[in-house]
Amino acid sequence: MSPLKIKKGSTSHSAYDLRPTFSDKKEQHTLAVLVENEPGVLSRVIGLFAGRGYNIDSLTVAEVDHTGHRSRITIVTSGTPQVITQIKAQLGRIVDVHEVHDLTVEGPSVERELALLKVAGAGDHRIEAIRLADIFRANVVDSTLESFVFEITGTPEKIDAFADLMRPLGLQEVARTGVAALSRGAL
Amino acid sequence: MSKAMTGAKMVVQSLIDQGVDVVFGYPGGAVLPIYDEIFQQNHIQHVLVRHEQGAVHAAEGYARATGKPGVALVTSGPGATNAVTGLTDALMDSIPIIVLTGQVPTFMIGSDAFQEADTVGITRPCTKHNWLVKDTDKLSAVMHEAFHIATSGRPGPVVIDIPKDVQFATGKYTEARQVETHYNPQVKGDMEMITELAKAMETAKRPIFYTGGGVINSGPAASQLLRELVAATGFPITSTLMGLGSYPASGDNWIGMLGMHGLYEANMAMHDCDLMINIGARFDDRITGRLDAFSPKSKKAHIDIDASSINKVIKVDMPILGDCAHVLEDLLNVWKSRGRKTDKENVAKWWHQINDWKKIDCLKFEQKGKVIKPQYALSRLEELTKKYDRYICTEVGQHQMWAAQYLGFEDPNRWMTSGGLGTMGYGFPASIGVQMGHPDALVINVAGEASWLMNMQELGTAMQYRLPVKQFILNNERLGMVRQWQELLHGERYSSSWSESLPDFVKLAEAFGAKGIQCHDPDSLDDAIMEMLNHDGPVLFDCLVEKHENCFPMIPSGKPHNEMILGENADTANAIQSGGAVLV
Repeated sequence: MSPLKIKKGSTSHSAYDLRPTFSDKKEQHTLAVLVENEPGVLSRVIGLFAGRGYNIDSLTVAEVDHTGHRSRITIVTSGTPQVITQIKAQLGRIVDVHEVHDLTVEGPSVERELALLKVAGAGDHRIEAIRLADIFRANVVDSTLESFVFEITGTPEKIDAFADLMRPLGLQEVARTGVAALSRGAL
Repeated sequence: MSKAMTGAKMVVQSLIDQGVDVVFGYPGGAVLPIYDEIFQQNHIQHVLVRHEQGAVHAAEGYARATGKPGVALVTSGPGATNAVTGLTDALMDSIPIIVLTGQVPTFMIGSDAFQEADTVGITRPCTKHNWLVKDTDKLSAVMHEAFHIATSGRPGPVVIDIPKDVQFATGKYTEARQVETHYNPQVKGDMEMITELAKAMETAKRPIFYTGGGVINSGPAASQLLRELVAATGFPITSTLMGLGSYPASGDNWIGMLGMHGLYEANMAMHDCDLMINIGARFDDRITGRLDAFSPKSKKAHIDIDASSINKVIKVDMPILGDCAHVLEDLLNVWKSRGRKTDKENVAKWWHQINDWKKIDCLKFEQKGKVIKPQYALSRLEELTKKYDRYICTEVGQHQMWAAQYLGFEDPNRWMTSGGLGTMGYGFPASIGVQMGHPDALVINVAGEASWLMNMQELGTAMQYRLPVKQFILNNERLGMVRQWQELLHGERYSSSWSESLPDFVKLAEAFGAKGIQCHDPDSLDDAIMEMLNHDGPVLFDCLVEKHENCFPMIPSGKPHNEMILGENADTANAIQSGGAVLV
């Protein structure tokens, strides 16, 4: 068999944290998974979660480096520390996966999500909706005489809070992107 | 300097460049261009199987017996779906194979074309990696990368799905050395952790080596280093089903296979040890029994190339990520450089204890009367063949466990059995693959009659290629392991676990032009086995055995190691509690 050239800067699929605490407490973690932008790579990641019974609380994916052919998948997942460690190790086994980062344990990070909310109503409800949107720094991206579409960016908790407030004011539809996240500070 | 050639030619050229000498396959519409290229060359021999599942198992058998990757070639649609069992089997047992599947032309993909199946979709969860190659220019690079990925790190099966128009089109051939890859698994273990393990070995009072298929997969060097380490430390060693042969069965420190049907002394030693050194095994549920009662008093070290195997089900104290051979070499060096210390007094006491357990003689059986006991059949097979450098395959069930218990393995790559997936029908095609890799060796497939019938069509393959594989069938006219569980667990209600309308195996062999031998008399068994061994050609040996024999010792489901049931004197009536019944 002929050996292949290993690309410069390739990371070994290494053990992440191999000493987990075996606790029963469920934790929520945000994982950033850098993958080769190949057909089927998202299916591999989702298939892994489905096949092994892991939770996906939220998932976003898009190409982040066109020339480098890389996509970034941000997954919010929950499980016991043992399960979280398994998820990271299992992701690391996928040949198309270059790096797995657990933003929850690797230091401070920022998380943002974008949502669009359609609110329909008239009179006081309509005025109250606009007033609250202003407080939450949500933008109006579409309006008719009986409806608004608000655009809001923030943590998932902030979007939950805004949606809860809009519900009695005529919330009709919500579209959310899921979480995108980056570590704070320089790499 | 890249040459231009058709996709079909590229497939054959890259196989030649990767050192492939045999391909197991079955032609069909979507792979005709590749078959045309195979026809026009003499470097690679193609073995025409009789069913695609057989092709994949044969490739697995070849890979396990030779240490080289196996290659199978099948057509689109049903060809690919028939390969799925073999792929899953290879994934579970970490066997490096490359399966090439034909696909409908790119412009017809997604149109429900004739013999179209979503092969990469279907095989994604049962391969280490797979590719659908839509561009002939990329085909040769994918072929080379496939060999790298199948054989590096934890080995496994890969699939390359090649549409027919890609096979016909002309493109640039890329040599292996021009191919770049980012896949580069870590092979060296962490030296700090290896030192910690060496220190633990120095003070251990009741140490045990627990080895698995990873040692075999790591190559002959790993088995050699393991033997040195065992000899140097004097510690007892046990192995999983997958790891048999890495340490010789005749070795001084060998205490037998462990696990559900493992030896009493091995399981008791696992339960009572104070230092468990897991080398290339994965704490499978056949090994651990009840998890919360698994080896409660031990510190555990785990050497594995796959990070996801470490701390998956059993929490370990010393995780070492790396290739067995690399880590064993470092461990041996560290241990020697620290002065080769062990707690000799306590280890001697530990051996004393193990030898007491051995006295129970858990594999004892009595051959009485005129019916052959399966254990007796295998003991005689062992006695009459142990002087050969023989290769043993098995199917799945009671005969598989008896073979593991009563046959001794002196070297790695001599034992081919479906461990993880437990695939009935594996052994016969695997034996064909083994014989292709070792044309002059004695290759025996220990089978049950039910398993063997699952891929019996391969008798045609064995005949066509004059492969003298010996099919040693322990015929109890039952699905023995199913029957055993029904006896222990389901009130002796034997639902669909007997084989009715069995063929006359001697006539069946003769119908294919092979030799058939039937034996039912213990007194003529030796002569019959010698007749099998002396025949130059495939033999179907129908050994009629005791129909209701159970396989012991056994750790019942949901029980810990130290609650094994032993053979005849055992109280089997209440062996499995209701909680264990849900487990398989």
